[in-house]
Amino acid sequence: MLHRSLIAPHRSAPARSKDAAMTAAARPRLPAPVLALAVTAIAFFTLPFLGLLWRMPWSTLFDVLGEPGVRTALWLSIRCSLLATALSLVLGVPLAWLLARVGFPGRNLVRALCTLSMVLPPVVGGVALFFSLGRRGLFGQYLDRWFGFTLPFTTWAVVVAQTFVAMPFLVLTVEAALRQLDERYEDAARTLGASRWYAFRRVTLPSIRAGLIAGSVLAWARALGEFGATITFAGNFPGTTQTMPLATYLALESNPEEALILSLVLIVVSFGVLVGLRDRWLGSSRVATGTG
Amino acid sequence: MSLDAAIKVDLGTFHVDVELRVERGEMLAILGPNGAGKTTVLRALAGLVPIKRGRITVDGLVVDDPAAGTFVPVERRPIGVVFQDYLLFAHLSATENVAFGLRARGMPRGEARQRAGQWLERIGLATHAGHRPGTLSGGQSQRVALARALATDPRLLLLDEPLAALDVGTRAEVRRDLRRHLASFDGMRVMVTHDPVDAYALADRIAILDDGRIVQSGTIAEVTAHPRSRYVADLVGTNLVMGRVDGGVLTTTSGASVVIADAPAGESFAVIRPQAISLHRTNDAAGSARNVWSGVVVDIDRLGERARVRLDGVLPLTAEVTVAALEALAVRPGDEVCAAVKATDILVYPV
Repeated sequence: MLHRSLIAPHRSAPARSKDAAMTAAARPRLPAPVLALAVTAIAFFTLPFLGLLWRMPWSTLFDVLGEPGVRTALWLSIRCSLLATALSLVLGVPLAWLLARVGFPGRNLVRALCTLSMVLPPVVGGVALFFSLGRRGLFGQYLDRWFGFTLPFTTWAVVVAQTFVAMPFLVLTVEAALRQLDERYEDAARTLGASRWYAFRRVTLPSIRAGLIAGSVLAWARALGEFGATITFAGNFPGTTQTMPLATYLALESNPEEALILSLVLIVVSFGVLVGLRDRWLGSSRVATGTG
Repeated sequence: MSLDAAIKVDLGTFHVDVELRVERGEMLAILGPNGAGKTTVLRALAGLVPIKRGRITVDGLVVDDPAAGTFVPVERRPIGVVFQDYLLFAHLSATENVAFGLRARGMPRGEARQRAGQWLERIGLATHAGHRPGTLSGGQSQRVALARALATDPRLLLLDEPLAALDVGTRAEVRRDLRRHLASFDGMRVMVTHDPVDAYALADRIAILDDGRIVQSGTIAEVTAHPRSRYVADLVGTNLVMGRVDGGVLTTTSGASVVIADAPAGESFAVIRPQAISLHRTNDAAGSARNVWSGVVVDIDRLGERARVRLDGVLPLTAEVTVAALEALAVRPGDEVCAAVKATDILVYPV
């Protein structure tokens, strides 16, 4: 007993970094077929964007972007997607916590139900929202009767539709982050006199910051691109419910040039956010360790 | 002013049933292998696991008594915990970690930070106040964890394997620091560990835990001298000698010399396993062993096929030999014998 503890092997830090250097030097070469398929995949993702850029009417770019209709759609998209992200955070983080930490019967069923909209065709989600929250819907009729409030075909309907499809991305990301977090950190906080709520705010949330940011970005990206549920539940009214994806789709029929430019805007915004956040928050070591 | 605890916890098929009493200013070490239930006892004392039956009283305050329906939640118990791996909050600086408990109890930020700063000064880490835990060494992290636990002025301090996360090189030094910093705390202390050396160095009393039950408890000298089972004997039944090392020889306060293989000069512990000691009738029979001490047999405990022979002399020792060897020697209490140990069989580490 005495001897064991005194001669227990411990790997030193220099030994570890040496291992890393060796791994880099001895990096295995990919088999040729795998490499060929991987390059094909890259081409598959790149070619559509090249095609889009090739047809881009660069000369009229700024004229179209200056049109009030385009600016309105862009502004509406940004507002709604940010609101949907905020709503996803407020409701999704507690849900993720419940799924990660509380073992209740039917937990897997609840998780499946709450993330169903992620795999469902968005149109189906829109139909479901319409028949539950619409003016004649199961719950919507009471909104109408008691508060005189009709949800469908309003800007709030856009936010609800986007939240419905976007929140699962945040829930799953945050749940994974919570599962990685050692619960004993919360125990430590409580032995220091922190209430559960104080420990949640001051220890749990900061510790899963990387997961929160990653989940928010994924949810926001999904909300920004949301089309099917929005057009089904909120309609397509310029200024109130016509978001960028809707405007792009409709422009394709009447004015393909405008559709190209609107697409470019969405690509630039999304790509910029992904590149900007990826290095710092997604897939970095911070996510892996959870506690830095 | 004491901790009185009767703890009964059921974890599936594993049952913990333990009674403890710790006086003010005293350190109890709960010693046992992994899976013996040590951490469960600590978590029950902290309030992280409710007990099923029994009662826990800290300084006259009943914190857990299922029969009476009393359960004081973790955050309202007068306790401090130093966790295994320390569990410092990675997103907070050393100061903010130490200030955490004070802030959680509603102390204004400025005052809490000032008090935390004083703690860091006391543990010699004032220059690391703004550092994140990721940049601190194991020993430094442990000191911050201790300061964090003590900053809220607990009555009961719980330490979960406080030295297990450290590597061999820093362990002795951190152990010494820990003992020094613990000396300024006048409440009750309970430590759990699987390492007898930590228990010897830090605790006043030990309780041996096996399969959820305390199989023996007492002062370290008592338990070492009279282990009541094979299990306890293997765990703690060892000779611990304290003295000063100089030139390959450790000299005890009573004047005994112990030749050792090699160790740096200074105050040190030497561990001599009872199994490493051979007994002989005369000096000449001891062979190549560098150490031969004569002593009088005080008593003989038989544990199955083995016998523990306690010797008194300039260096009191407990030797463990087979019953057959004992019979061949034909020694009885009161006889004088020679105890021999090879220098390479003695483990030395600094105090």
